[in-house]
Amino acid sequence: MSELIPLIVAKYNYWLYIILMMIGLYAMIAKNNLVKKLVGMNIFQTSIILFYVSIGCKKGGTIPIIHHGIHAGRHVVDPAHYVNPLPHVLMLTAIVVSVSTLGVALALAVKIYNRYKTLEEDEILARLRAK
Amino acid sequence: MNDHTPALLIILPLLFAFMVSGMAWIKKSLCYPLAVAGSGLCAFFSIRVFTHVLRHGTMQYSLGGWEAPWGIGYHVDLLNGVVLVAVSVLAFINMIATRKAAAIQFPEKEGAFYALYLLFIVGLVGIVATGDLFNLYVLLEVASLTSYALIALGEGRAPLSSLNYLYMGTIGGCFYLLGVGYLYIMTGSLNMADVASLLRPLYESGAIWVAFTFCMVGIGVKMAFFPLHVWLPNAYTYAPSAVSSLIAPLMTKVMVYVMIRLMISVFCVDFAFSVLDLGSAMVWLSILAIVMGAALALAQKNLKRLFCYIIVSEIGYMVGGAWLGNAAGMTGAILHILNDALMTICLFLAAGTIHYRINNLDLDHLQGLFGRMPVTMACLVAAGLSIIGVPPTCGFFSKWYLITGALQAGQYGFMAALLFSSLVNVILFFRVFEIGYYGDPGHGHMHGSSPETRTEAPAAMLAPLLILSAGLVVMGVFTGSIVAAVIDPIIPAGLAR
Repeated sequence: MSELIPLIVAKYNYWLYIILMMIGLYAMIAKNNLVKKLVGMNIFQTSIILFYVSIGCKKGGTIPIIHHGIHAGRHVVDPAHYVNPLPHVLMLTAIVVSVSTLGVALALAVKIYNRYKTLEEDEILARLRAK
Repeated sequence: MNDHTPALLIILPLLFAFMVSGMAWIKKSLCYPLAVAGSGLCAFFSIRVFTHVLRHGTMQYSLGGWEAPWGIGYHVDLLNGVVLVAVSVLAFINMIATRKAAAIQFPEKEGAFYALYLLFIVGLVGIVATGDLFNLYVLLEVASLTSYALIALGEGRAPLSSLNYLYMGTIGGCFYLLGVGYLYIMTGSLNMADVASLLRPLYESGAIWVAFTFCMVGIGVKMAFFPLHVWLPNAYTYAPSAVSSLIAPLMTKVMVYVMIRLMISVFCVDFAFSVLDLGSAMVWLSILAIVMGAALALAQKNLKRLFCYIIVSEIGYMVGGAWLGNAAGMTGAILHILNDALMTICLFLAAGTIHYRINNLDLDHLQGLFGRMPVTMACLVAAGLSIIGVPPTCGFFSKWYLITGALQAGQYGFMAALLFSSLVNVILFFRVFEIGYYGDPGHGHMHGSSPETRTEAPAAMLAPLLILSAGLVVMGVFTGSIVAAVIDPIIPAGLAR
């Protein structure tokens, strides 16, 4: 146990994303309501965004813009002083993907609601079986 | 000198998708010609890229002039060149073949349908052409999102099955993204070739192992590999016929291509077979996929649903072949991507044509169909024989390579599974043929037509179907030269010959 706690503290960002991901996965598997499942799906996607954003961060790092001030072109750029922007940029795209997935999913949920007048999965399945 | 054709492949259908959705507001009748132009240009350029690759070797294209490890690069070699041609040409033929069915099934939504159709092509062509791991994820989601929307256009349970597909597909996509994240942590690069060269000293690292597992599970969900296949049968059965003959042959096959691409160009065969030693475990999983797919197919009462389970079984062929760990198995897997795409599109187009005439695909509604639709049924027979693996159709030859590979690797279980599924396919198809040939049409629930009336589908639907069925035999006859010219050069040197 005493070795485990430093391990958790040192890599808390990974633990956090795993916990969030499991919450999302649990909601997707266990919830009966289609929209609750969607919320779970969104938590799942967000946990991965968090994971990516956290791997780009550095202690004491600043935003990656090189000042065009008095030292322009003369001082050496040390990458350790700057946050890695690439994972953040990737996540802008991933956010767009997750928003559009959510949009399509909600549109489908509306279509399902119009057809069956319910969003509870067991009621829909019961109705399908009754036919 | 920068040849822009690889970029045009993706950008042209994208632009045409916007034009089609805009044109839906102005003049509806122009949507279809625009869509045909878009997908035709895509097919034309993919053939050009492929012939260029055949003559001059691998084609590299850097988007915006940013060189490879920093910018996004398109990398077309023989493997994706040939898959590109298959995807774009089949999508083009399917668009022509299903024009009438689409016009009947969604008369109001033709503009939206063709815009989504083109976006789906963009996604698939992009997945195949790209040389960047993250770009692959984005295009994978483009293809998946459009396929959810296309499937939801169907009747009845289609929206529900599409939503279930969306849940599963999103989990798959996210797992792939996580795997890419771990690769990025370890290597700091997203370019496939660059990652491959940086990975070599890291093979023993646990993080790479995790990355590989996440990528494979994610792709496994998307390609409906057996325990992860549950979304597929409903989604493809309830999709409109014009959609299922587009998505069913292409989506799963492109995902198999992605798996092979990751195995041979990103993680490399040494890692997959020597370091991880996953070969026999994956082959056993695919044996399970083949056997269960075949067994579940036997229980189906609907023609399209039966074909869906055949796809699940065929995915097992390709995954197993790729993981046999020798050149013959890999050749069989790659050849089967092409052959299976052709066979499945034939099956689903034939099913769509039957649906167009009799509006029901339950097996007991197919009585006397040989008399009523002889040409369509002849094409269905050709595709069925190819799935069973009767020479000279192409299905025989890829199965031959797979069985040779299984024998060389000593995987007799895989060989037995291949033979078992061929036998089950014989039962499945001959049952369909028996109902279609000897079934008494008066006994069925036909809408009042006498058994003698021929109600063959219009020529515009039959001609593409006939061309594709002829293609089955042509592919089979030219297997030797296809393998020699296209597949042999891309088999990595690390695989046992």
